[in-house]
Parts: sequence; C-alpha cells; structure tokens
Amino acid sequence: MATQLIFEQKPKFILDLQDSLIMIRRSCTHIIRNADQLLGTFFQPIMFLVLFATVFGGAIKGSLPPGVSYLDFLMAGIIVQTASFGSTTTAIAVCNDLQKGIIDRFRSLPMSNLAVLNGHVISDLLRNTISTLVMIVTGLVIGFRSHSGGLAWLEITGILLLFTLSFSWLAAIVGVVAKSVEAVQWLTFIIIFPLTFASSAFVPTESMTPVLKAFATHQPITQVVEAVRALMLGTPIGNYGWNTLAWSLGILVVSVPLASWLFSRKGTK
Amino acid sequence: MTKSQYVIEAKGLVKSYGDNHVLKGLDLKVERGTMLALLGPNGAGKTTTIRILSTLLELDGGSVEIEGYDVSTQADKVRNVIGLTGQSAAVDELLTGRENLVMMGRLYRLTKESATARAQELLEDFDLTEAADRPTKTYSGGMRRRLDLAVSLIATPPIIFLDEPTTGLDPRSRLAMWGIIKKLVEKGTTILLTTQYLEEADQLADRIVVIDGGKVIAEGTATELKSRVGKDRLEISFGSAEHLTVVKQLLGKAVVDTNDKEYSATLVIDDINQDVKEVLDKLAKEKIAVTSLEVHKPTLDDVFLSLTGKQAATTNAEEA
Repeated sequence: MATQLIFEQKPKFILDLQDSLIMIRRSCTHIIRNADQLLGTFFQPIMFLVLFATVFGGAIKGSLPPGVSYLDFLMAGIIVQTASFGSTTTAIAVCNDLQKGIIDRFRSLPMSNLAVLNGHVISDLLRNTISTLVMIVTGLVIGFRSHSGGLAWLEITGILLLFTLSFSWLAAIVGVVAKSVEAVQWLTFIIIFPLTFASSAFVPTESMTPVLKAFATHQPITQVVEAVRALMLGTPIGNYGWNTLAWSLGILVVSVPLASWLFSRKGTK
Repeated sequence: MTKSQYVIEAKGLVKSYGDNHVLKGLDLKVERGTMLALLGPNGAGKTTTIRILSTLLELDGGSVEIEGYDVSTQADKVRNVIGLTGQSAAVDELLTGRENLVMMGRLYRLTKESATARAQELLEDFDLTEAADRPTKTYSGGMRRRLDLAVSLIATPPIIFLDEPTTGLDPRSRLAMWGIIKKLVEKGTTILLTTQYLEEADQLADRIVVIDGGKVIAEGTATELKSRVGKDRLEISFGSAEHLTVVKQLLGKAVVDTNDKEYSATLVIDDINQDVKEVLDKLAKEKIAVTSLEVHKPTLDDVFLSLTGKQAATTNAEEA
C-alpha cells in the first residue's frame, strides 16, 4: 500500500455539488458512448423537422396567419416537442440505474443523494440543447427565417432551458416509480404524446373541437410553444411568457423534492 | 471514543416484507481485523442482513452499530468506513475500469490525485491493467467481480461487506478471488462475507455463523462446525470381491460402508493428506490395485442435516 490517501477537506455543500458534477460527467459519458442515443440526438430532430415541414406544410398553410410560412410556424412547436420527447431519456436513465446493482453502490457511499438524479437531468439538458441547435441549423438550411433580435433569442433560450429542466425532473419521477424501462416508455408515451399533439405545436388550435381546443389552449406545452413562437416571429407574446414561467417553476417546485424523496426511499424499505 | 473490540455489532435484527419474515432476531458480532462468514442457503436472510448493515435497508427491529455508529441515525458516518461488494457486480458498464475506480474514489471524497493514483494501484493489484481503459461491458464475469471488489477498496475502508463474492465464478476465478480476500484480512481489514459454500467459509473465515430462516442456528470456527457435521469420507473401488474382503480386514474399523456390487469401501478420514497416503501405502503393500478413489467433503447440506435434522429445503441445487 504505497499510496497515501488524501480526502477532500471542503464544506459539505461544496462536496455535494462536486458529487453532482461527477455524476453529470458520468451521464454525459453514457450519452457519448451510447451510439443509439447519439444518433437520436442528431438525426431525430432533422428527420422530424424535414418530414413535418414537407408533409404538413402545404395542407396547413391556408389556416396560418397571412405572411407566415409553415416552417416558421412549425419551428417553435417542433423544438418544444423534441425537448419534451427528449425528457424520456432522463426517465429511462434513472430507471436503468435503479434496476442495476450500481445504485446500491452509490447508496453505500458517503455521497449526496441528489447527485444521481442531478447527473441524469443536467446531462439530458445538455443533450437537448445540442438537438435544438441541430434543429435550428437544419431549419435555417431549409428556409426558416427569424427577424427577432438577440434579446428575443436570449429569452427563447431561457424559456427552453427552464421548460426542458422542469420536464426532465417530471420524467425523473416516472423513472423512479416505473418498474421497468418498458413501463417508462409507455408511461412517458401516454403522457407526452397527447400533450404535444393536442397543442398548438403543429397546427393552430382554431380548427379543433371545442373540448380539445379548451384543453389545448390551457395546457403547458401550448404556453411554451406560443411564447417561443411569438418571440421568434416577433408577434405579441401576451401572457404566454408568464404562463410558461409559472408552469415551469410550478413543475420544478413539486417534482424536484418529490423525485428526490421517492428516489431516496426506493429500495430501502 | 474508545474503540470496541467488535467492529460490527448487530442485535436482534428483525425484518419482514408483509407476511414474509426474513429476519427473526438475528445477532451478529465481528471482531476487529477478522473475517466472519455468514453461511446459509438461498432465502436464509444473508443478503438482507448485509443490506441492513451497509445502510441500504431500514430495519424493523433491533439495532446495528458499525464502528460505534448507529446505522439508522448515523448512516453517513457508517458509509465513510464501509465498502460493499454486492451480488450483482455494481460497476458502470459504459465506463472503463479506470473511470469506474476514479469516479467511486471521488464519491468517497478522495482528491483527484489520490483517486487516480489509488485506481492505478488497484488495477495492478487486481490484474486489470490491460483492460483498464476498456468499457466494463466487455469484461468477463471474473474480471467484473475483481473490478467490483477493487471499487469497494478504493478508499481503503476498514470494513468490507462481501455478498457472495464468488457465486457464479469459474473455479480459477474463484481461487483468484479467494487469494485477494485473504490478503485483505492480512492487512487488517474487517470482513463480513456471505456464502452458500461451506468450503469458501472454511478457506477464508476466522468464524462462521450459520443462518437459516432468518435466525442463527450455529456458530464457531470452521473446525468446530465441521466436527459437528462429520468428517471427510474416502471412497475406494477395487477390481474384485476378494480385494474388497482383504481391504475390510486390513483397514478394520475405519471402513464405515461397503458396496459389494461395485467392490467399493467408504472410510472416514481425519486428515486428507496423511490418511489417504496411509491407506494407499497399506493397499500397495498387499498389492491391491485401486480402480478409483474419491474424497467427499462435508457439504452445506451435511451441515444442515446435522444442525437442523432436515435437508436444507431452500438450497438451490443449481447454484449450490
């Protein structure tokens, strides 16, 4: 035993923060080394954007406000849709960890309990950011144009980051509660699919039936889509910005403690 | 704080899942710097005990102190002094062996330099240097287990829990693992090991606690337990019935059983090295040819048979 071991002598909260950074690095390594995920990160957004724009574009054009192309209308919707679908990755990663012996190892260490979840959520946020950038570049290539200034885009960035973060924490709860990865996929599917499609992400809500329209108008995804769209197209944002902020913060306030509590209880009874 | 002679002290452990009473008042004490083996069939409560002692599971009743810290109220203190190697190799499959070691070292709050240096040292000690920078999903079962054990040693905790460390390993990997575990005890680590194999407990442990149905049914050194179970048996077969008759006269009382159809005799032996040689020498002198020779060791089933008077019903034949 040659090595003299030296332990960190820092305040507890710094060590806890450091634990989270270590776990973020771990989750990011997972994303990079997992070929399927990497492919999904880059190609899924391109595929979705091009398909939607070309397949639906012509049919929907008529019901759009004058002067707005479907691609410009779609951009906000498809970015939010990708972000919300992407949160499934957090749920799967959390569930995967809990299925394996490694979680016992983490729990038997003097590390911060929240670090495992932080790692998955934050790395997912980074992955989603890359997807979004890929999508915007693709959009620009096929004709998307925004005349908004830097401030608007800064606001868009903030809104998207906050919304994605809140959805990932929501997904973390699903990951902790679900009994298998298949169950995660089903759970997120039945929650996220209706939320994204029964919204103004892909089509204006005007043509929907009254009940569906009422749902679509008030649910969180629509708020985010409308806020981002208004900022992109330079149209009035109304209450959508505040609504988005309220929804995202509301989800975070509930889901962060709930996910952490469920996570720390899981398997210890 | 004066250090107690016992590093691990569990009193009256009770744990139930609904109507399934896994632990029914289990007591356990492990002395500093020794290895205790928890021996029992599947379902005896071995893993549950380890999970409680390593702060992974809450107990329904009883108390546990690890190095004087209460597992229920001082879990963080306990986690600083223990290392756990569970049944399923708890390593990250997408990370390399080295990355796993460094990451866990950092989570034990080692400095980056310390974790890196210690990782290199462990990779060398555990014969993993060649595979160090490959993702662990490419490792063999034996390599994974070695890495798993290495990971729990990264911060050299004074207490190690090993939950069936050799189950599912091939004989060569098992021997390698035994060598590593023996070295740990020599260095002064306190170890609690669970196993289904009497031989493993015998080879490694200072004391053995036999549990069944969530209770301790016997404890003692390997020699003490084996003397309760019975001795090794030697079975020798010969070419003809005449030989068998001569053998019976020659070896006398040591012969406990004979089979006249297969011309074989079973003897009780005390010392495998000395007694087998003696018997063979005697036979050679009389020019009696041996066609086959087999030594039967007492098995876990024998322990159970003698301790409980019944066959260990839950012993899984596949794994045992």
